Amino acid sequence: MSVELAIPRGYTRVFSRPAALSEAGFTYCPGCHHGIITRLVAEAIDELGILERTVGIAPVGCAVFLDRFFNCDFVQAAHGRACAVATGIKRARPDLVVFTYQGDGDLAAIGTAETVHAANRGENITVIFVNNGIYGMTGGEMAPTTLPGQRTVTTPRGREPRSHGYPLKISEMLAQLDGPAYITRQAVFDYPHIVKAKRAILKAFRNQLEGKGFSLVEILSTCPTNWRMSPVEAGRWVAEEVSRFYPLGDLKDTG
Amino acid sequence: MKRVLMRGNEAIAEAAIRSGLKCYFCYPITPQGELVEYMARELPKRGGVFLQAESEVAAINMVYGAAAAGVRTMTSSSSPGISLKQEGISYIAMARLPCVIVNMMRGGPGLGNIAPAQGDYFQATKGGGHGDYRLIVLAPSSVPEAAELVGLAFDLSDRYRVPAMILADGMIGQMMEPVALPEPVDPAEIPPRPWAVTGAKGRPKNVISSFDLEPEGLRRMNLVLQETYREIERNEVRWEEVETEDAELLLVAYGTMGRIAKTVVRLAREEGLPVGLLRPITLWPFPYGPIRALAERVKAVLTVELSAGQMWEDVRLAVEGRTETPFYGELGGVVPSPGRILEEVRRYVR
Repeated sequence: MSVELAIPRGYTRVFSRPAALSEAGFTYCPGCHHGIITRLVAEAIDELGILERTVGIAPVGCAVFLDRFFNCDFVQAAHGRACAVATGIKRARPDLVVFTYQGDGDLAAIGTAETVHAANRGENITVIFVNNGIYGMTGGEMAPTTLPGQRTVTTPRGREPRSHGYPLKISEMLAQLDGPAYITRQAVFDYPHIVKAKRAILKAFRNQLEGKGFSLVEILSTCPTNWRMSPVEAGRWVAEEVSRFYPLGDLKDTG
Repeated sequence: MKRVLMRGNEAIAEAAIRSGLKCYFCYPITPQGELVEYMARELPKRGGVFLQAESEVAAINMVYGAAAAGVRTMTSSSSPGISLKQEGISYIAMARLPCVIVNMMRGGPGLGNIAPAQGDYFQATKGGGHGDYRLIVLAPSSVPEAAELVGLAFDLSDRYRVPAMILADGMIGQMMEPVALPEPVDPAEIPPRPWAVTGAKGRPKNVISSFDLEPEGLRRMNLVLQETYREIERNEVRWEEVETEDAELLLVAYGTMGRIAKTVVRLAREEGLPVGLLRPITLWPFPYGPIRALAERVKAVLTVELSAGQMWEDVRLAVEGRTETPFYGELGGVVPSPGRILEEVRRYVR
């Protein structure tokens, strides 16, 4: 149990744990943006007042413990299958608010088919897509989204597109489909971007509440551990390099 | 009771709808096409959800989701498609979710063909995917029995929170027979699912997971499965015996072969040969005990299968050397005639 500190006279509480988050500590590495993103999702659930009818889908990867962090119902999916599991839940109980939270290996490699077809069906679900360009949990292997030249444990001399393939701009691909309602790319490397990302997450949930269909928020994230960078360097890398390759902003919005 | 002429695939679909099926997810494959078509036509009309998925992998994960959300759910496929579903089935088994999976087996391995075969016995009864788990496996040998076993599959799956499989083949799926369909299940009779993800309102959150990084925790989850399996083995073994009282040769066959073996028993008896049949209805739990008991008093137990001897292994485990255990099998979708099996029978009794 947390200790609720008394607020001294003349002070105002400006920061507290969202009600959607449990007491469990995050398992993310220092400097990883997952922590910010997980919290933003929790804040959105709080603000929309949907905690008691939300079901999250935890992926395989660094967010595999997600069900511990949230106070809502959760289902643990197999690697890449979150959108199919979400489809099953949402079709069975359309009154529930269903969201997936997936990394780039999960969503854009092993789960490409499930993602594309859920999007194409316009499944009325919310997808939070955390893109850090690497497989973090398994030790820093090349991801579909790894930048050209980027070193990983499976591209020790840097990603060479002619041999390793090009980075997959999955959000741009999905934005071409007729099914999705909302596809956007955001980042959380500084406060203004965190505010924008939060707004996008809120919109992706509101779309579901209004029955508008498939909404995906891609969020560029860091992996200081496997990028072999300090948290500050990692944030700067997203701001200066990653977001140049993956431009921020809305890719599709049916309004 | 009124009987209607139906194909096996259609009878299974109709029986599933009458069992309170809410969500059905599929991917096309022969020889279970009529099941998919029937569901597409009938299920939405009757308040259910029909969804054609992009793959077998997606379909079984949709089943996982719908089962987690606490509704009766089902998928159907045939051998190569069932192979693709194994990942999802392993997750469903460990997450202790009830659902029904229909496998209209076809010739294999690989793409094989669409003719009747029983080469998926190991896959169905020994786990199939990764990890220590079982499915409840029901093997109908006729269209009416297929319809009957669908309801049982849903009931057993709910009762034990273990996925259940209907294991048949294109012969059962595509032939037509008169069927007495079950009465529709009263939704109030479907067991409640307090563990389902329905929104954490007025209760602590529910988590559906097959994951625990701590070995002790994962061990405990495994032990729950194993205790459940032992209970199923004690309570749910089902089989049929034909003319076993004075049999000197016992045939063991299931599904399509079980049906042919019944004809073989009749033909053999007409020749005065003391032949009986034990037809497993549950392939898991397997009727080890009943076969063992009969093995004490017959001269041989002849296993007849449309495989290279997959069930034969279980028969030999049951017999444990008490008597001879010959085998006759066909492969590749070849279905032997009763006469061909009778030739085999004559080698062991006179």
